[in-house]
Amino acid sequence: MLKIENLHARVEDKEILKGINLEVKAGEVHAIMGPNGSGKSTLASVIAGKEEFEVTEGSVQLEGEDLEETSPEERAHKGVFLSFQYPVEIPGVSVTNFMKTAINESRKAKGLADMPANEMLKMIREKSELLEIDRKFLSRSLNEGFSGGEKKRNEIFQMAMLEPKLAILDETDSGLDIDALRIVANGVNKLKSKDNAVIVITHYQRLLDYIVPDFVHVLHNGKIVKSGGKELALELEEKGYDWLKQEAAV
Amino acid sequence: MDLKDKLISSFMAFENNVDIEHPVHDVRTEAMKNFERKGFPSKKEEAWKYTSLNSLQKIDFSIFPREENTLEYKNVKKYFLHEVDSYKIVFVDGIYSSYLSETTHDGVDICLMSAALTKPMYRPVIDVYFNKVASKDESLTSLNTAFSREGAYIYIPKNKMPKKPIEIIHFATGNEASLLLQPRNLVIAEENAEVQIIERHQSLTSNEVLTNSVTEIFAAKSAIVDYYKIQNDAPSASLIDNTYIDQKDKSVVKVHTFSFGGKLTRNNLNFYQNGEYIDSTMKGVTILGDKQHVDHHTLVHHIEPNCESHQDYKGIYGDNSTGVFNGKIIVDKIAQKTNAFQQNNNILVSDKATINTKPQLEIFADDVKCSHGCTIGQLDEDALFYLQSRGIPKKEARALLMYAFANNVLESVRIPELKTRINKLIAKKLGVNLGFDL
Repeated sequence: MLKIENLHARVEDKEILKGINLEVKAGEVHAIMGPNGSGKSTLASVIAGKEEFEVTEGSVQLEGEDLEETSPEERAHKGVFLSFQYPVEIPGVSVTNFMKTAINESRKAKGLADMPANEMLKMIREKSELLEIDRKFLSRSLNEGFSGGEKKRNEIFQMAMLEPKLAILDETDSGLDIDALRIVANGVNKLKSKDNAVIVITHYQRLLDYIVPDFVHVLHNGKIVKSGGKELALELEEKGYDWLKQEAAV
Repeated sequence: MDLKDKLISSFMAFENNVDIEHPVHDVRTEAMKNFERKGFPSKKEEAWKYTSLNSLQKIDFSIFPREENTLEYKNVKKYFLHEVDSYKIVFVDGIYSSYLSETTHDGVDICLMSAALTKPMYRPVIDVYFNKVASKDESLTSLNTAFSREGAYIYIPKNKMPKKPIEIIHFATGNEASLLLQPRNLVIAEENAEVQIIERHQSLTSNEVLTNSVTEIFAAKSAIVDYYKIQNDAPSASLIDNTYIDQKDKSVVKVHTFSFGGKLTRNNLNFYQNGEYIDSTMKGVTILGDKQHVDHHTLVHHIEPNCESHQDYKGIYGDNSTGVFNGKIIVDKIAQKTNAFQQNNNILVSDKATINTKPQLEIFADDVKCSHGCTIGQLDEDALFYLQSRGIPKKEARALLMYAFANNVLESVRIPELKTRINKLIAKKLGVNLGFDL
C-alpha cells in the first residue's frame, strides 16, 4: 500500500528526514515512536503532502504510484487521511456541513454525484454512534471551543466518514483521558480491515495497548533506527530512548 | 456650480416647503450655517485622510426628487427580510412609500420623521431628542440636519417591545440621473424598552446615488437596541452614514455593519456612554472587491465609570479595493473600571488591495482595561492544509476559511433569518459554493 524509499525532506534550510525507508501493507498497523523532534510529525505531514516541506530525495508511493506531484487534496481523494495533532478551528461551519463538503469534494474528484442526503444522514448517524458522539456535537462549529479530547474524537469521526485506505494518526493519544482513549482506539479498531492500513504516531506506549501494532519503528534524528514487533514498544516504555540513541550513534 | 453652492442655493427652495416657524427650523438654519462655513471635508483633515469626496462633488446631483416613483413589491421583495414578518418603513427616491410600508402606532410609534417633525403631538419628544446627540460641528451631519425632513421615526415607550423587527429601506429607482438622499432617522427606546432594526440602502440602477444619512439613537436606562446595517448596494451608489448613540445606565446597544457593496461607503459610528454599567457593541464584516472603498470610523466615549465597549471588525479585501478602520476610544478621567475592547482583523487577497487600520486610544482614567489589536494578513497555511487534507481543493478551502473568518462576527446577530441571510451574502460575495445549504 505505502512504500517510502530513502525519503529526505527539509523545511527551509533544515533537513528533518534523512533517509526513511518504510513499507506498509494492506491490513497492517504500524507504530512510529521516537523522542520529541525526531521527525515523526514531519513524516506524517510529508505523506499527506504538506507543501511547506520539500522532498529533496527519495519517494513516497501509494499503491505503486509516486505521490511527488500530488496535492494534499488529491492524496485525500486517493485515500490518505491524516488525523492532526492540532486540528484547526473553523467557526461558522458545523461538523456535519464540513463532512458533507469533504465527502462530496472527494466524490466530485472521482466523477461521482453528491451523496444523497438520506444516505449522508444514515452514515453520519452510524459513525457518530461508533465514536459515541452526541448528535448536538455535530451541529457545533468545527473544533471551535472543543476540548482536546473532543477534537481528537472528531478527527477519528472524520476518518470514519472518509473511509481512507491509509490512516495516519499523529499523536492522537495526546490530551486524551483514559475513557476517551478507549473510545478513540475502539473506533480505529472497528474501522480496521484487511484492505486498509494504519500508521500510529505516538510518543508513549499507552495507545498501543488498545491499538495493537504489527510493527513498531523507532525514529531518531530523521531516520528509522530500529524496527520490531509490538514487544519493542514495551521495551521502549521500560528503557526509554537513550539506549537507542547510543546504539544509533555507534 | 459645485455641489456645495448648489446645496446652499437649494436650501432656500427647501425653506419654501417646510414650516419655518417650527423650532426645528432654527436647528436647520444653524446647521446650514455650519455647513456653509466648513463645506465638504477634504483629505487634509485627519479624519478624512483616506477617503476622498472630490469625485462625488463633481456630480450634478438632484437635491430633491421630481416625482413620486412606485415599485412593485414582487420586484423588490428580495431586499426585504421576507422570511419573517416585520414592520417596514420604505422610501423610494427619498419619498415615503405607504404601499411598501407597514407602520404602527399600536403602543409604539414606528412611522415617519416627516410626521414627527410637523405634528404637534410629537413636539415634546422632538424638543427633547431631535439633534441632541448628533454632532453640531461635523459638516456632513450639519448638511443632513439642514435638510432634515424625512426618514424613520421610532419611539418605544417604557417596558415595550415591538412584536417584530423593523426594516428601514431606501430604494433609488434611477429616475434621476444622479440623486442625493439625506434621510434622517430618530430612534428612542425608553426605559427597559427593546427594539431590533435593520437598515438598508438599495439602488436599483446604475445611475449615481449619494446618501448622506444621519441616525440618532437614544437608549434609556436598561433599554436594548439591536441595529443592523446592510450595505450591499449597487456599484454606483455611495453612502455616508452618520450614526450617533446616546446610552443611559445599563442599556445595551449593538450595531452590526455588513459592508459588501457600493462604490464608496463611510461609516461614522459614535457611541456616548452617559451612564453606568452600559454595554456598547460594534461589529463589522467588510468584504470588498473591484475598486470599492469602505471607511469605518468608530468612536466610543466612556464618560461614566463601570461601562464596557466591544468592537470587532473583520475585513476581506480583494482586487483594487481599499478599506479603512479608525477606532477611537476616549476614557474620561472619572470613567474608572472601564473595559474597552477593540479588534480589527483583515485579510488581503490581492496584491493591489489596501487597508489602513488605526486604533486611537485616549485614556485619562487609571483603573481601566483597554485592549486593541489589528492584524493584516493572508490565510493561515496550516488551516489551509487541514482542509486540503480532507479532500477540499485549495480554492474551495481558501473560500471556506474566509467564510469562517468573517462568520465569526455573526454570533451576536439575534435574528436567525437575518443571520442566515448574511451567511449567504458572505458566501456569495466570496464566490464560494460551500457544498451545503445554509
